[in-house]
This record gives sequence, C-alpha cells and structure tokens, in this order.
Amino acid sequence: MNLRSPLSHVLGSGSAKEGTDHFWGQRVSAVALAILGIWFLFSLVTMASAPLDYAALADWVGRTSNSVLLILLLLALAYHSSLGIEVIIEDYVHGPFLKVVSLIFSKFAHIAFASGAIFAVLKLAFGANG
Amino acid sequence: MNDSGRPLSPHLSVYRWPITMTLSILHRVTGAGLSVGFVALAIWLMSAAGGAETYASVNGCLHSTLGRLLLIGWSFAFFFHLSNGVRHLFWDVGMGFEKHQANASAWFVIVLAIVLTLALWANIMGAVQ
Repeated sequence: MNLRSPLSHVLGSGSAKEGTDHFWGQRVSAVALAILGIWFLFSLVTMASAPLDYAALADWVGRTSNSVLLILLLLALAYHSSLGIEVIIEDYVHGPFLKVVSLIFSKFAHIAFASGAIFAVLKLAFGANG
Repeated sequence: MNDSGRPLSPHLSVYRWPITMTLSILHRVTGAGLSVGFVALAIWLMSAAGGAETYASVNGCLHSTLGRLLLIGWSFAFFFHLSNGVRHLFWDVGMGFEKHQANASAWFVIVLAIVLTLALWANIMGAVQ
C-alpha cells in the first residue's frame, strides 16, 4: 500500500518528465514580447536624445501605464529568456551535476535580475527621489 | 578515420550550406545575445533607480563606442529574433514548411531584420541631430 495514487505514479514519467508546458510557455511569452518589445523600442526611440537624460527617463517610467507595461515586459522577458537559456544549457552542458548547477544558476539569475529591475521601476514610479 | 573502406554515413560537410540552417543558428545566437541584453536592461533600470549619478555612469558606458556597438547588435538581434520568431509561429500552425517557402521566408526575415535595424538607427540619428 502506498500513499501515492496510481495516477501520481505515472504522471511525468515520460522521458521529458513534463508535457507541453515549455512549448506553450515559450510561444505565449513570445507573443507577449512581440507586442511589449515593439512598444518599448518605439518609446525609447521617441524619447531618444543623446544621452537619454535622467529626468526624462524618470518621468517616462513614472507614468502609470508605462510602469505597468515595463513590469509586464520584464516578467515576459525574464520568463522567455529563462526558457531559452534552459534549452541551450540542456543542449551544450553535459554531465548531470554541471547541467543541474547551470540550470539552477540560470533560474536564480533570471529571477534576481527581474526582481531588481521591477523594484527599480516601482521605485522610480513611486518617486523615491521626489 | 575511414580505414575500413566501408562507406561512411553522409557527413554534414558534404551538403551545400542551406540558408535555413544559418537562420536556425542565428535564432539561437540572437536569443542568447538578447538574454545578455535583458541583464543590461535590468542594470540600466536599476542604475536609474539608484539616482542621477549612477544612471549617468551606466548611460556613459552605453554611449561609448563599445556600448553603441552593443546597442546596434541588440537592436539587430531583437528584430531578427522577432521576425524569425513569427516565422516559427507560422510553422507551429503548420504553414510554410515547403522547401521553397522556408527558403523564401528565411531571406525575407534576413532582409526585414536588416532594414528594420537600419531604419531604427537612421531614426535615432535623425532625432539626436
């Protein structure tokens, strides 16, 4: 007698250990990034001056719609990038130990930079500098 | 290597290099480059949150020659990965798999990415002047 149900025993036991989550996550985040990426690039170009000065940037980031879209961009970007780097590591890093360490490092780095960048957007938006 | 005299299975180098292979490789390379760009974007935003001074130093790096080259590279990588990503989405729904279609879309993606990159930088140069 085992605590695990027969279903729990077979779920995820294929060679991929998962279903089509990776595929779908990559595609859906790609669509989100196509929209958000073009918006971000377009915004940067319309703000372009050499160099893009601090006050103009802080003002732009501070507008609510921009802050929200920037955070969405950062979330989608970190997620999509994480999925992509994951595949690259799986393809080129051999040896189970090094592979798992690289995968964990990549996840941590993506989450860390995303958190840092999102916090930065919030800080600019809530006007910590006045 | 082939001292047995028996035929080897065809090696990649006996084929003429197809354009679709170049795009497949470029998609991965530009994707990896854009991941580095994500880190740069995060650092740039965090520097802005750190105040005008830290922002100015990071912005200074971006406006150096190396910084400009990186920005041009990232913009091309973005347009390429975006265009080729859309090409992949068409494949995902089963469209465009014929050899002539895949070759045509490959060239279309390359030309589009280059044109968009040039248009972007022409626009930026125009705005800066």
